[in-house]
Amino acid sequence: MRQRGKFMFVVSALVAVHLLVLFAGFVAPYDYATQDRDHAYVHPTRVHLMDCAGRFHLRPFVYVTSLQEGALSDYREDCSQPAPIRFFTRGDEYLLAGLIPSQLHLFGVASPARLYLLGTDEFGRDQFSRIVYGGEVSLFAGLLAALLALVIGVLAGSIAGASGGWVDETIMRVSELFMAVPWFYLLLALRAVLPLKMDPVSAFILVVGVIGVLNWGQPARLVRGVVLSGREQNFVQAARGFGAGRLYILKRHLLPMTFSLALTQMAVLVPRFILAEVLLSFLGLGIGEPFPSWGNMINEAQQYHVLVSYWWMILPALVPVPVFLGYHGLADALREKLQSQVRFRGDK
Amino acid sequence: MIRSRLLSFRLAGLLVLCSLVAGAHAQQDLLVSTAESGIPGGKLVAALRSEPRSFNPVTADDQVSVGIISRVMADLVHINRATQSTEPALARSWTVSKDGTVFTVKLRRGLKFSDGAPFNADDVIFSFKVYLDEKLHSPHRDLLMVAGKPLRVEKLDSWTVRFTFPSPYATLERVFDTVPMLPRHLLEKDYLEGKIDQAWGLNTPPDKIVGLGPFRLKQFVPGERIVLERNPYYWKVDSKGQKLPYLDELTFLIVPSQDAQVVRFEAGDTQVISGLSADNFVALEPQQNSRHFKLYDAGPSLEYNFLMFNLNDDTQANAEVAGKQQWFRDVRFRQAVSAAIDRAAIVRLVYHGRATILSTHITPGNKLWFNKAIKPPVHSTDKAKELFKSAGFSWNSSGKLLDRAGQPVEFTILVSSSNAQRSQMATMLQEDLKQVGITARAVPMESRAAINRVLGSHDYDATIMGIASGDIDPTSDTNVFMSNGQTHLWHLGEETPATPWEAEMDRVLQKQLVTLNYQQRRKLYDRVQEIEAEELPLIYLVTPDVLVGAQETLGNFRPAVLEQYTLWNADELFWRTPAGKR
Repeated sequence: MRQRGKFMFVVSALVAVHLLVLFAGFVAPYDYATQDRDHAYVHPTRVHLMDCAGRFHLRPFVYVTSLQEGALSDYREDCSQPAPIRFFTRGDEYLLAGLIPSQLHLFGVASPARLYLLGTDEFGRDQFSRIVYGGEVSLFAGLLAALLALVIGVLAGSIAGASGGWVDETIMRVSELFMAVPWFYLLLALRAVLPLKMDPVSAFILVVGVIGVLNWGQPARLVRGVVLSGREQNFVQAARGFGAGRLYILKRHLLPMTFSLALTQMAVLVPRFILAEVLLSFLGLGIGEPFPSWGNMINEAQQYHVLVSYWWMILPALVPVPVFLGYHGLADALREKLQSQVRFRGDK
Repeated sequence: MIRSRLLSFRLAGLLVLCSLVAGAHAQQDLLVSTAESGIPGGKLVAALRSEPRSFNPVTADDQVSVGIISRVMADLVHINRATQSTEPALARSWTVSKDGTVFTVKLRRGLKFSDGAPFNADDVIFSFKVYLDEKLHSPHRDLLMVAGKPLRVEKLDSWTVRFTFPSPYATLERVFDTVPMLPRHLLEKDYLEGKIDQAWGLNTPPDKIVGLGPFRLKQFVPGERIVLERNPYYWKVDSKGQKLPYLDELTFLIVPSQDAQVVRFEAGDTQVISGLSADNFVALEPQQNSRHFKLYDAGPSLEYNFLMFNLNDDTQANAEVAGKQQWFRDVRFRQAVSAAIDRAAIVRLVYHGRATILSTHITPGNKLWFNKAIKPPVHSTDKAKELFKSAGFSWNSSGKLLDRAGQPVEFTILVSSSNAQRSQMATMLQEDLKQVGITARAVPMESRAAINRVLGSHDYDATIMGIASGDIDPTSDTNVFMSNGQTHLWHLGEETPATPWEAEMDRVLQKQLVTLNYQQRRKLYDRVQEIEAEELPLIYLVTPDVLVGAQETLGNFRPAVLEQYTLWNADELFWRTPAGKR
């Protein structure tokens, strides 16, 4: 029962995050690319319930901020200009779920006030909006790339493990090749043959494809190991003794054994692939400015001056943490579930 | 017995020392520095972004190697980085013939290389023979050629050398700066055997690398550090007669990233930091007092950053680029794009105010050649739209800019991903251009791949680049602006000037090269700048300030806007605190 509760919690949290990201335009108060150049490196906007005079307001509000004369990022609140936070406001236009044009936003404040929940970056772009939009790229690219790598990996690994002989030998050598080749240079070459102009959708497919295809080696080797050891198990030997075909054994006995491995791999690969996108962007193969992605936003925060001067720039690095924990939790829960099922079946 | 031998030994040593000092003053023709006289002793540590590739002055062409070599070697005539004008170095004096072709140099007498061997005209002759040798492809050779012909070098006597240029050359003495004089006694054998390009590699024992510079190589630990020690035979003294350099040791640590360099500087591991980004400058500023260092803004650098459209005419193979070039070739299009760019915002956001808006490739950091009459470009979306309209462009209902044929105006901006500032500028330009209806997409790319596209395959629409002039004299950039120049970036490999204004630019540039009078040259070069500000082959953006820092007790520290912003006067640097404290 406890396990079931945990499972449901993790799943609903992950579904919520993905929905949030899918409806990024609605959730984010601003557009991801709008540069508010008079508000560069603004620290997170303070949301007040008490005004300067000490009076309490039921509706949360913010003050209009402006840059101090001569300062670089010293913004002061103007007590004479409060702006209440409104829900379901009109703002920048966007495509809801990538399809329906809309101007409706979950929350916002009226200009000239700004609601930068997580501060702004060097161009005055809202970090909160960018993180929400960035999740679109990162979560789905990471997830799809991990799926792709796993599908190839499990297929190749189980075929290699189940067949043995020259098939095994060939697949394993190819996987080693994929792990050993200096991809940086090959990606440079790939960049050279591709056109400079790429729309975001093809860039997205490219990112998923490149990351997924390059990283199937490791899961394939792990899966092969599991399948190899599984082949020698008594019940598999017995099935073979009763005349079960190779495909049947693979499907019925060997592949189910790799599921828990595949799931843990998934939980490990997704976060890694989200960061891998940074390298691709560096080479001009990624999503690229002004489209945000978590990888690129984290990369931005790795500079010395950002770390010492603008602490809110580190927030993009913290946001993915609960998401990654969620993935790990999901993988754990699924594995336990599967194992208990196997055990249950075994007891019977 | 033993004691007396020791004593006599010491005495003998003392005698030798005395005679050396006396001899030095009697014969040596030393240069007296005008800088503040300091306290000898102490060590200075600085950082390098990568390790040198070679110590060979003949072949080295990367900045780091050249930087080390110029601490160890000396030139005949030197450009003072602070005043930006030439001053005597190994040459005591020189004369220039009336027609500006013959340059006669009197050398300082009695100078010695860092191994104690004497220096005279034979070394000078040997050095130029090596640099001018076609087979060696020395990077110095290009600079020593005028109109495709090398200069001629003759020895008149042991202390006099005559250089004859094939045609009058306006900046003749400036070409000798950073052309190091080689020790003939060590390198002639290698040269005759045809092996000089392999001499003085990173594995050469330090004491075999010999020069006339203020320091000599003491130790090189690959990947970690280079230690230079004081050259006891150096030929400069201060106003009190103390021999320069003051520092006993000059160490360079190899610290690959600027962020890491900042941390090392903050921790006191290095005492000088050069080429700071504005971001890091701002981050370090508040700690100046507590950490006892001082940051300097030396003013606008000689680096010009620009947006450039592809105007090459060999792009037929690439229909997409070729199609867009009809926009790019229209000067009104370029002017409109220029007007759409909010340069003030770039200065503010990318450089935190430590940069200057540019209108030509001569930055305000260049005191002698900057054309004040040309007004900096003004940001005006209205003016941009007017210019687009006059060039036949229009807008559709959703505000997108369309050309005459109804095609939406879209292009990519290639930018090197290793340069953070230029990437940021590209992001800002995208937003600026969106305001006038243009969809511009910034494509960051690894820098070598980006350069290959610009110089090699010409497969790009537009790019943001930056060039740092090597010298204030405009001659150093002729290669970019002459239509047949090797780095005529926007249109490479032109046989004849493609446009009337390029033809005029060629004529004026040629003329200023052989004009000897500064005022007349200045007038000609003002014209060059007028042409480029009007025609905008390069749409200039901004020039960053030179930002550096040093421990506050480092004396004679004078950052300059010419390359090697900080350690150019390493021979004059000294510690104000007693040596024991460091």
